[in-house]
Amino acid sequence: MSMWEYANPKLFMGWTRPVLPWSFALAAVCLVVGLIWGFFFTPDDFRQGSTVKIIYLHVPAALMAINAWIMMLVASLIWVVRRHHVSALAARAAAPVGIIFTLIALFTGGVWGQPMWGTYWAWDPRLTSFLILFLFYLGYIALWEAIEDPDTAADLTSVLCMVGSVFAILSRYAVLFWNQGLHQGASLSLDKEENVADVFWFPLLVCIAGFVLLFIALVLMRTRTEIRARRIRALEARARRA
Amino acid sequence: MIALLLRDLRLAVRAGGGFGLGLAFFLIVVVLVPFGVGPETAVLSRIAPGILWVASLLAALLSLDRIFALDYEDGSLALLATSPLPLEGAAMIKALAHWITTGLPLTLAAPALGFLLSLAPEAYAYLLISLLIGTPALSMIGTFGAALTVGLRRGGLLLSLLVLPLYVPTLIFGAEAVRRGADGLDPNGALMLMAGITAGSFALLPFATAAVLRINLR
Repeated sequence: MSMWEYANPKLFMGWTRPVLPWSFALAAVCLVVGLIWGFFFTPDDFRQGSTVKIIYLHVPAALMAINAWIMMLVASLIWVVRRHHVSALAARAAAPVGIIFTLIALFTGGVWGQPMWGTYWAWDPRLTSFLILFLFYLGYIALWEAIEDPDTAADLTSVLCMVGSVFAILSRYAVLFWNQGLHQGASLSLDKEENVADVFWFPLLVCIAGFVLLFIALVLMRTRTEIRARRIRALEARARRA
Repeated sequence: MIALLLRDLRLAVRAGGGFGLGLAFFLIVVVLVPFGVGPETAVLSRIAPGILWVASLLAALLSLDRIFALDYEDGSLALLATSPLPLEGAAMIKALAHWITTGLPLTLAAPALGFLLSLAPEAYAYLLISLLIGTPALSMIGTFGAALTVGLRRGGLLLSLLVLPLYVPTLIFGAEAVRRGADGLDPNGALMLMAGITAGSFALLPFATAAVLRINLR
């Protein structure tokens, strides 16, 4: 039995039913443990004070915002190559989750930036590329919503996702070029993984695991909903013909 | 291919083709900016490269939905798809025709509008070159967007939402090249990267455009 057989909608519904509550429960455990550990049982940073603790929301959300797009890209490729409907629906299901993670990352970044940098928003390369990523998500979701025929919508959004990925990467490096050209040496971005000490690192890992599990759980749930919605549509079409 | 190019050009130039609308829009946007930000020449000459690039980008966007919409409605797009000419080639020719009717006039008109915004004298040559290199990419990316939304009844707004994020790298490199030219820095890096985007778009996007057209014509 190859892994592709799990793409059968009926099998997919079968194995996700028991997996779904477990992934939600594990995500909740990881997030509760990680956030409580991070917020109450780690010391304040000597320069950033207690504001450093927003890292436990900001970094995992930003990580998953990018990973959600990568997952959509992979699912789109699978749809284009092997035409598994579940894959197209999973890509569709991941987009709203990804856009919310992007918003969380932008919002928590602004909240942290106000006391630290003295501004909610700066046209820093990282911030700007996240804003552009947000726009890409917006276009992708809008295209899904605009097309009525589900197969056409899946095809067109897959192509958009692939072309968009290339241009998203291009924008990322174009933005770096643009801002270095404007003010050199005023780099605001931190290499957080490099700098962060072990006290902050372990709860952060737990939080990242929590966000990954939360993403998996949400995408599975939304994919199941999409499959059910499509079944209902098929039943209605059959009833209309009968 | 040449016949298709000439046909598209003729259709665009004739009455009702919308030729010159983009140019007029470009002029109006550039005229409106000083009313918005005030008439100080120092401010205007500082923002002129960006304004000229954003305005030409919006003007190019304006005429995108005409690339395929009319051909789709009267069925000539389906004929094109079944003709011996590969659809990829047709897509590239469509982009080229769009560039000749909007990008090229915009490029030629931009220096004149640079005077209105008191662009720095050193920057004119770079404005011309950057628009000449960059606007073909705008046309090709826009053709892809137009192909995505061709089957939709109200695709215009969606088209801008899809295409504008794709325009970000071109805009950054284009405006940056002019700005560096105005500041007396070396703009060659930005120009070369933009030329790379244009060449890459024309090499790859016709395939994506043709694939999308085939899906829409199914």
